[in-house]
Amino acid sequence: MSALTDLTIAEARDLLRAGETTALALTEAHLEAIEGAGALNAFVHHTPEIARAQAKAADARIARGDQPDMCGIPIGVKDLFCTKGVLSQAASKILDGFKPPYESTITDKLFHDGAIMLGKLNMDEFAMGSSNETSVYGDAVNPWRAGNSEAALTPGGSSGGSAAAVSAHLCLGALGTDTGGSIRQPAAFTGITGIKPTYGRCSRWGIVAFASSLDQAGPMTRSVRDAAIFLRAMSGHDPKDSTSADLPVPDFEAMLTGDIRGQVIGIPKEYRIDGMPEEIDTLWQQGIDMLRDAGAEIRDISLPHTKYALPAYYVIAPAEASSNLARYDGVRFGHRAKLSQGDGITEMYEKTRAEGFGDEVQRRVMVGTYVLSAGFYDAYYNRARKVRTLIKKDFEDVFAAGVDAILTPATPSSAFELGAMEDADPIQMYLNDVFTVTVNLAGLPGIAVPTGQDRRGLPMALQLIGKPWEEGALMNVAQSLEDRAGFVARPEKWW
Amino acid sequence: MSIDTETARRTAKLARIAVPEERLPALAGEFNAILGFIEQLQEVDVDGVEPMVSVTPMRLKRRDDVVTDGNQAEAILANAPEAREGFFAVPKVVE
Repeated sequence: MSALTDLTIAEARDLLRAGETTALALTEAHLEAIEGAGALNAFVHHTPEIARAQAKAADARIARGDQPDMCGIPIGVKDLFCTKGVLSQAASKILDGFKPPYESTITDKLFHDGAIMLGKLNMDEFAMGSSNETSVYGDAVNPWRAGNSEAALTPGGSSGGSAAAVSAHLCLGALGTDTGGSIRQPAAFTGITGIKPTYGRCSRWGIVAFASSLDQAGPMTRSVRDAAIFLRAMSGHDPKDSTSADLPVPDFEAMLTGDIRGQVIGIPKEYRIDGMPEEIDTLWQQGIDMLRDAGAEIRDISLPHTKYALPAYYVIAPAEASSNLARYDGVRFGHRAKLSQGDGITEMYEKTRAEGFGDEVQRRVMVGTYVLSAGFYDAYYNRARKVRTLIKKDFEDVFAAGVDAILTPATPSSAFELGAMEDADPIQMYLNDVFTVTVNLAGLPGIAVPTGQDRRGLPMALQLIGKPWEEGALMNVAQSLEDRAGFVARPEKWW
Repeated sequence: MSIDTETARRTAKLARIAVPEERLPALAGEFNAILGFIEQLQEVDVDGVEPMVSVTPMRLKRRDDVVTDGNQAEAILANAPEAREGFFAVPKVVE
């Protein structure tokens, strides 16, 4: 048997079911791996006591023959999820010391199924960032390195800690969230699989809100099959989130036949952007060939409003963030600034928010405030919402014309060095999400699958975009891609 | 559209974020870079297009208007920076 930390979720489940390992053994193996991986700064709150207690309960349950798929599976949880009695700070100083007295619906469902929480994972502050460099905990580090270089690379963001932890085998899978690409971009940078489900597939209740009309949680795993298993356990209607869909949750794993003969895969010409590295272009062409070999019909398509997705996103997301983050005022939870003699409540708000929010969060809150302010609401916010309607219609049109899924690159580059973007203007960082953000605006499911490596050995990924509520069919195409790409590389341990 | 220092000051005030005076010109510059990027949206023909309200075409669910939760003052105050006698405490609001 291979090391317990090298298992997939599916393999671990099957071994548990066969009585060949225990949840406690799996948990101990991962706690030890985490212990030795401080250099990655992926886990920022460790919960070994909770993990061991959950593992013992899972083992007792399995012994009784009651074993949901996620029972006994050790996972990591992004710091954005509220976990009862465990620090949940969204990687922000303003939530310093915040221990929710309640459990997010998703973690509650997972724990109900017997999943094991190893700890909380690093991320960009309030999920605002694409490199995990805006975190109050410091940068998370990518376990991958470029060739012989020892330079520290970004694991991507905002779910950078989740990506680093799964890639480095510190957990069997991790929870991420994706508002503009925050699951798929870090998955691509670390050679793992990440899916953002259809908007409304998973409850958002108990997840610290960034942009409510765009936020969705999803799993980050080392295989498409694991993503299918994990996502099923997270999904479903929640009376506490009125935007969560009251639709049946299919057995996604059972839909992974790998047979995609006759399916129509769209290749959008607008995703061939200026200045895209040749390696990404080659990767895309290889993916097209793989799906054609698998029996799919490849069709050139057009999504004409693609170019306007990022600018629309940078109106809508900050607007919603400025509203959502209004709650951080130093009154009910988290940080409150020390006040000077004579300071009133306004000074308390202003000083608290200046001290508590990092630069990028402040910038987005203020941009959001501006685009919603009197006189600009129509010119910016309403216009962006109209463009969003057009972006969604682009997708509806191609799906109506018979396209089953769309294949694109996941990111415009492979992982870059931490600090490389320090002096760049914020727009340069935003361009990381150029291929992923359309999916959030249209509410669609999207999955990143590692399919190759660049000349320095860094992982690269392709993205598949599916029809609403058809994650199962989408993951089946992803399975076919995974089968043909045969991506087995993993980072060499240096930490 | 160009944002000057005065607009940056007003926006920071609206957002209730204290920004030191010397930081305002740089902040205005950052706003301008972002708004310049957003400006592309003006090229799009949006005549007759409805602004998106909900990305999934579903009616929000309704529930009976009944009390389902409550009596948790202690849990609610547990994370407060300052609480007294069952209330959140803040600096004096009314003179």
